[in-house]
Amino acid sequence: MGAKEEHGDDEMDLKVKKYLRGEAANLEGLKDKKLKGQLAVREELYGKSAKAAAKIEKWLLPSESGFLEAEGIEKTWRIKQDSIANEVGILSTRNQYDIVLPELGPYTLDFTQNGRYMAAAGRKGHLAIVDMKTLNLTKEIQVRETVRDVAFLHNELFFATAQKKYPYIYNRDGTELHCLKLVQLLCVLVSSFYPAIVQIMHRHSKCAPDSLTALPSISLLEIRLRSNSVKGFTVQEHGAVLRLQFLKNHFLLASINKSGQLRYQDVTMGEMVGNFRTGSGRTDVMQVNPYNGVVALGHSSGTVTMWKPTSPIPLVKMLCHPGPISSLAFHPNGQLMATSGREKKIKIWDLRKFEVIQTLSGHAKTLNFSQKGLLAAGTGSFVQILADSSGSQNYSRYMSHAMAKGYQIGKLLFRPYEDVLGIGHSMGWSSILVPGSGEPNFDSWVANPFETSKQRREKEVHSLLDKLPPETIMLDPTKVGTVRQVKKKEKPTKEEREAELEAAVETAKDTEFKKKTKGRNKPSKRATKRRELIHRAKRPFLEQRMEEKEMSRKKQKTGVVTEMPKSLQRFVRQKAG
Amino acid sequence: MKVKVISRSTDEFTRERSQDLQRVFRNFDPSLRTQEKATEYVRALNAAKLDKIFARPFIGAMDGHRDAINCMAKNPSYLKGIFSGSNDGDIRLWDIATRRTVCQFPGHQGAVQGLTVSTDGSTLVSCGSDCTVRLWNVPGDSFADSDNLADNSAKPVAVYVWKNAFRAVDHQWDGDLFATAGAQVDIWNHNRSQPVNTFDWGTDTTISVRFNPGEPNVLATSANDRSITLYDLRMSSPARKVIMRTKTNSIAWNPMEPMNFTAANEDCNCYSYDARKLDEAKCVHKDHVSAVMDIDFSPTGREFVTGSYDRTVRIFQYNGGHSREIYHTKRMQRVFCVKYSCDATYVISGSDDTNLRLWKAKASEQLGVVLPREKKKHEYLEAVKNRYKHLPEVKRIVRHRHLPKPIYRAANLRRTMIEAERRKEQRRKDHSAPGSIVTESVRKRRIIKEVE
Repeated sequence: MGAKEEHGDDEMDLKVKKYLRGEAANLEGLKDKKLKGQLAVREELYGKSAKAAAKIEKWLLPSESGFLEAEGIEKTWRIKQDSIANEVGILSTRNQYDIVLPELGPYTLDFTQNGRYMAAAGRKGHLAIVDMKTLNLTKEIQVRETVRDVAFLHNELFFATAQKKYPYIYNRDGTELHCLKLVQLLCVLVSSFYPAIVQIMHRHSKCAPDSLTALPSISLLEIRLRSNSVKGFTVQEHGAVLRLQFLKNHFLLASINKSGQLRYQDVTMGEMVGNFRTGSGRTDVMQVNPYNGVVALGHSSGTVTMWKPTSPIPLVKMLCHPGPISSLAFHPNGQLMATSGREKKIKIWDLRKFEVIQTLSGHAKTLNFSQKGLLAAGTGSFVQILADSSGSQNYSRYMSHAMAKGYQIGKLLFRPYEDVLGIGHSMGWSSILVPGSGEPNFDSWVANPFETSKQRREKEVHSLLDKLPPETIMLDPTKVGTVRQVKKKEKPTKEEREAELEAAVETAKDTEFKKKTKGRNKPSKRATKRRELIHRAKRPFLEQRMEEKEMSRKKQKTGVVTEMPKSLQRFVRQKAG
Repeated sequence: MKVKVISRSTDEFTRERSQDLQRVFRNFDPSLRTQEKATEYVRALNAAKLDKIFARPFIGAMDGHRDAINCMAKNPSYLKGIFSGSNDGDIRLWDIATRRTVCQFPGHQGAVQGLTVSTDGSTLVSCGSDCTVRLWNVPGDSFADSDNLADNSAKPVAVYVWKNAFRAVDHQWDGDLFATAGAQVDIWNHNRSQPVNTFDWGTDTTISVRFNPGEPNVLATSANDRSITLYDLRMSSPARKVIMRTKTNSIAWNPMEPMNFTAANEDCNCYSYDARKLDEAKCVHKDHVSAVMDIDFSPTGREFVTGSYDRTVRIFQYNGGHSREIYHTKRMQRVFCVKYSCDATYVISGSDDTNLRLWKAKASEQLGVVLPREKKKHEYLEAVKNRYKHLPEVKRIVRHRHLPKPIYRAANLRRTMIEAERRKEQRRKDHSAPGSIVTESVRKRRIIKEVE
């Protein structure tokens, strides 16, 4: 009985830890007593609320996640989809199917955030939106052009495709809204959101509370819209885009094109937020880290670079594989990254330390993490699903699935909030059951698979109000609102520098030389060698001193120059020279 | 083989009939909401901006007096009523809701200098420079609500003539005594035409008097000789006195911490004192650029409002060094009296331009009935704003107040002067023997001495 209780306590502790969002602040070194008291109270409050959240989990989260357990000598990775189909209900068996469309493949997929809708895009121009609950085809169009990628925007009403020359945005009815050729053209995009927003606004202003928050942003929208249509004449094109990704918190559409340029476009204003040359050549491996909004690119040199829209140089550049990178994926908690290289290795990385945790052998054309942390790897016509069964970030075989021979898998994507894996391949698309992959409990305010159109409208407005500025994309998103530690770089004093120089010279003097062969061991040679060594030791110090002098002189000079009228400045230079 | 997959039937997760509410499911797992902190920050920023947009504190002016308004009194038993007395001897009772005069109390020959209402709300006491104290019956609620404004002037219940002109009056919080200030401090009973007690300490005129809300027998006065004096009615002589460098125009006791009081000083600052420890102010509230004329505490004791000769009204935290809010209009002249309403939602100011002005205590607060969801939303936004108030962007928006040009200039000048003084002091210190010049703290600097 006692042991059982203890076990329960441990479980509770784990749950509480999840809600605590990191360690408590260390108040030991705090001198301000008043602040210390306030912070202690605050911390206690956090602890209490985390405990409360963990306690009510029992009632708030009624659904349990799926599982697959082997009995006896069975192995889970030998269990076929057919035998799973025999065990589960009829509702779930509807999620096992193959759609064979041999003419227009290979297909790529994308799901909406709530997992309700799927967009499928065939290479040869076939676009389809499918309601995954009813399995009805919402819309199907043929664009008669190469389509390389498809991505839903914030909800199922809009999706973007990467076509032969430009990316396009379509709405649910298959109407082409925008061709992302020039910057100004996207201004119209706002107007397509606009009627819905205005409608909601009117309703809000009559009765509801949130009118307060909504109104000004609308006026802001309007103003920005006007100024934008007046201003921008900069021609910035996405070009022939290979991959598209949508950052849902920031309303940014990230794209990588044939010449290796990474672009970020704000889909609410149409503004081009970032436009960077990666300088590492053509790549079609791009993935957004859902945890912090950082975009990762895998290059043919084996490096992975991570980007944010406000800096032209990558945040991180890591060499992951000796050969080209074929795919990468992020764990939803943002701590793990999986990469696969052409040299038939799959590596799992810890993104907190940028260290490899595990190296698995095997080729993977595509990788994807599920919400619960299962890793799917697809190559050829074979899908392997790895699981971290022990909880110690040690991935091992969990399930496998072989498609009909000859199918080339192009894209694997877990369906959010369902135990389903979508497979896009050369002969259409398929879907298999992967027990334990999806989050069983959804939050109506975050992503609701049973969303009504009214709720969708509300959500659109709220997410627009909470739209994050591009500056909030950073490696550690918890850094927002914290104090940046200013490291004071203390300049060494003159004496200190002299002492350092002395020490360097001394060590150079004291170096012992090896006994060399005849002729090279002459005292004169050794003396010159020693002199050279001393010289070399002194050199950096002297150089630094010179540099500083130069800097101060330059500063002085510019100071004088700025004081003078422009016409007289050249005389000053002559005099100084 | 044991297997289970997620399977949601539509019936379980959607409402049964269209009249039902939509079913809501919550999962507070932090991994579902990415970038929480950034979202909160954006919300805080938006909330700060919205606060600025909705900050419209001025509700309306109440005009009717024909001369500058000198004093006001709130009725402790009737929320909507406020009394005001002007320099031409006119006393009026206003209905705040309709912003109209309900009743007039004619009789004073000179300026009305002090007004106060007994705690039960039945008697109004007024005093003026015509050397009289007048007692009036406060008209009841029915009278205040009636529209019959044709003949609404009242007659005094009693008129007590005394030797000297009066400057202020205040009623005991619990009891039937009231004190007047003038050449000396007189304690009166409702029923007697002569003071029951008289206090005198020093020769100069006493200009304000306030009873302690906690201990009914203690009162504080300030006088023209720059002193603040504490009296105890149970003793025959004054208790303690502190002399400052400049005169104190008005005093207000903190109703929630009755040992503390705040003094509105002529030197643009307010000083919060602990009555038990007068050698040092607890807090100095700076921001006004001219003499502070009147001060009144909010019934919650967390805030007080001040009116100043610089034509502005400011609201301070009880322990804050700088004001939380500044109110001004183009037409408002020197502010002589201010009052916090009894429900802590409004502030009323009376000024030289013969008008009373009604302000919201919280500039961007939503008036009227607030629905529960609205209330929750406001609370949430307040909380996130509070959490991110230290970030430069949020701080800039929250702190910014537009100032009229003369006040902006005067504040700059004052800052320059104080800085110059500080620098001079520092130089003097640097060039003298160490320890020979001691910098006194701001809380002590303006106090000359404490007398017992």
